[in-house]
Amino acid sequence: MIRTLLAAAGLGAALCIAPLTNAAAPAAADTPKRGGILTFMIPADAPPSFDGHRETTYATVHAVAPFYSVLIRINPDNPSSTTDFVCDLCTEMPTPTDGGKTYTFKIREGVTFHDGSPLTAADVAASWQEIIHPREGMSSARESYFIMVDKVEASDATTVVFRLKFATNAFLPSLADPFAWIYKKEILDKDPRWFEKNIMGSGPFKFAGYEIGQSIKGVRNPDYYHKGRPYLDGFIGIFAAKQAVRVDAIRADRAAVEFRGLPPSARDELVRELGDQITVQTSDWNCGNLVTPNHKRKPFDDVRVRRALALAIDSWHGAPALAKIATVHTVAGIVFPGSPLAATKEELQTLAGFWPDIGKSREEAKRLLKEAGAEGLKFELMNRNVDQPYKYVATWLIDEWSKVGLQVTQRVLPTGPFFDALRHGTFDVTVDFNCQSVVNPLMDIGKFLPHSVYAENYGNYDDEKEIALYQALLHETDTVKQRSMIREFEKYVLDTQVHMLMTPWWNRIIPARSYVKGWKISPSHYLNQDLANVWLDK
Amino acid sequence: MVDLTPPCASAVDTAAESPRPSREGIIGFCRRQPLGTVGLVLVLVMAVAGLSAEWIAPYNPTSNDFAAMTEPPSWAHLMGTDQFGRDLFSRIVFGARTALIVGFSCAIIGGGAGLVLGVASAYFGGRLDLVLQRVMDVVMAFPLIIMALAVIAIFGSGVYNVIVAITIPLIPRCARVVRSSALAIREVPYIDAARACGFGHTRIILRHMVPNVLAPFLIMLTAFVGQAILAEASLSYLGLGVQEPTAAWGLMLQGGAEEYASTAPWIAIFPGLAIALTVFGFSLFGDALRDALDPKLRDR
Repeated sequence: MIRTLLAAAGLGAALCIAPLTNAAAPAAADTPKRGGILTFMIPADAPPSFDGHRETTYATVHAVAPFYSVLIRINPDNPSSTTDFVCDLCTEMPTPTDGGKTYTFKIREGVTFHDGSPLTAADVAASWQEIIHPREGMSSARESYFIMVDKVEASDATTVVFRLKFATNAFLPSLADPFAWIYKKEILDKDPRWFEKNIMGSGPFKFAGYEIGQSIKGVRNPDYYHKGRPYLDGFIGIFAAKQAVRVDAIRADRAAVEFRGLPPSARDELVRELGDQITVQTSDWNCGNLVTPNHKRKPFDDVRVRRALALAIDSWHGAPALAKIATVHTVAGIVFPGSPLAATKEELQTLAGFWPDIGKSREEAKRLLKEAGAEGLKFELMNRNVDQPYKYVATWLIDEWSKVGLQVTQRVLPTGPFFDALRHGTFDVTVDFNCQSVVNPLMDIGKFLPHSVYAENYGNYDDEKEIALYQALLHETDTVKQRSMIREFEKYVLDTQVHMLMTPWWNRIIPARSYVKGWKISPSHYLNQDLANVWLDK
Repeated sequence: MVDLTPPCASAVDTAAESPRPSREGIIGFCRRQPLGTVGLVLVLVMAVAGLSAEWIAPYNPTSNDFAAMTEPPSWAHLMGTDQFGRDLFSRIVFGARTALIVGFSCAIIGGGAGLVLGVASAYFGGRLDLVLQRVMDVVMAFPLIIMALAVIAIFGSGVYNVIVAITIPLIPRCARVVRSSALAIREVPYIDAARACGFGHTRIILRHMVPNVLAPFLIMLTAFVGQAILAEASLSYLGLGVQEPTAAWGLMLQGGAEEYASTAPWIAIFPGLAIALTVFGFSLFGDALRDALDPKLRDR
């Protein structure tokens, strides 16, 4: 009933992307077994903090999500769907009222935090308040996803109401954000930064220990409100930034899985050596590297130069080759490939950077560079010190640009200095990224909006026309019209202004020890990580 | 015109001349130092490769060829190709240039600065010596690679920053050795004679002291080239040195070499061999040079 309603409402962007995943899911006949400790690898040195409201990285969500509850989430048994949302802390998915501007959630009774105190609607509302309208001095990485929300309030101990400024299909998918953890109001009121360094939730696992740069441990929460879950006695997440270490750990069965994604070479190596002891799940990934020119630096303030950068790239031939060595796969525009709102190949081929004839495209690039007085331009491409796929994509791009006479060097920075340089605009052109959780194109394309609207846009441009196009799109609830408007927005961003350049979308490959059951891949490495459904067939 | 040169000048200058190395020439060196000759050959091969990379390398070292990804060694690609289809032989040849630039720049700048500081410290002594040596102690307390990592963390990666990062820790190592030699020379009679003749500090240092510490200095210089190449490779391996798509041996050992160690081992083997042979070559050549320049060892 609810699904039908949501689909009828358009539900954002989020229409069915069903066959995108190729999951070797456990057979339905598999009966979950209780017990055991899941050991998994986390491809990072350490999470920047434990606060999901503030952070955007898998290093935080993989390590900490099992300790927390959320209001709603993508169905853990069907995580590749973009419409199948289910309650976690609520009792029933709500039917919007007031012309789609009011959503009322009933909160489960009897839920307790790990310290034994009851979880009420006040805790839920306070947590969402911090996410949507953070108090002064606090930051919320997802504030911009909720520009449609007017206020959130707890009308009684078991009811939370979200009141919107305008009806939009993008709201409900945004609400299923996997970082939107429910914190205890009492602690938030005393010290809103407490959750940066401490963990206390109501999720399937209780915090059992953290060794900086080494591991994080959780033990089963016997009072978990989803009865019978979790199946595991506990988990250990081991931090290891080096891919070789993580692959070796899985090969030697010191760890069972890594949830972010490994490149094809690692998959092939593990499958070859371990045979049926390894199960591989793959999915298109709601994540991609972008190229962002700094519009405040000459000559990248000139659209001809930005357009030439795009025209030099041959994604159609590059993507299949890169897919053999890196975690990238699909050529697409600004919308997650496979979404009904994504551009078709024919539509894409009209945009700069996607022309079918690469020779013609590069000739045009050379002409534009000459016209702009930027022939043989030398510049520095800034990049993040992450192999997969950042450095692979950059190496490919630099060679592509060399084919129109551009001379590009690369400056690779560790994650901290990389973000610092992005925020301060100390770069010519940078490898950027747009990784989202729930596939929600209307929100996901926010990345392309100017910094004044979307805090994590680093192009240093203002564009009123672009904002107006987006606002109209956001307020449109008819999916057919949305599709047409999103094409207009896409053409403006990628072809007319070339604010940013696309590179092939990522491909998520998760090889896991075959005894790991109950975990299903999704199009995001942020989703479905509370581990409540995971069990070990040992 | 009045000649202001003190009458004792030429005699002192003559006395100050260091014992010159044997003039036996290259053939004699080869005969007396076979291992050193092997080292010299390795160094020369690397130098020739680096200097004439454009003519030797059959392919553009940064050009991807997706039709030839991870191909094993063949006549078309003598050392095979990497995961981007780039010819490994061409990248190793161009990588020699990166190694040469980094190795010699670090050795010459670091060694030169160490020479100046070491001799000045020994010659002037007193507080200057005390302060300089304590500074050297502090810098030397950190292993070379740790110090280089710290410098890279401050200045960022890239060829020039790598040179700075490796040069800084080399300075005290050179200065310390040079100072110990210079201290002995400072006490010899011709230095006193030069002072008595009224020579300036610059003349005494450059004319009478520096030539006499050149032998250990040159030996150190060869060792420094090897150390610098190894340090550059280590930094690049850690992702902190030279960046893609620049051809550099340490960088070639990173990423693809790890990922394809079992399926395409040539990606790791050849750059590893290049680093090992070059460092080995500089070590052998440095040892031989020491033997050739040390009068005690020369006639053994």
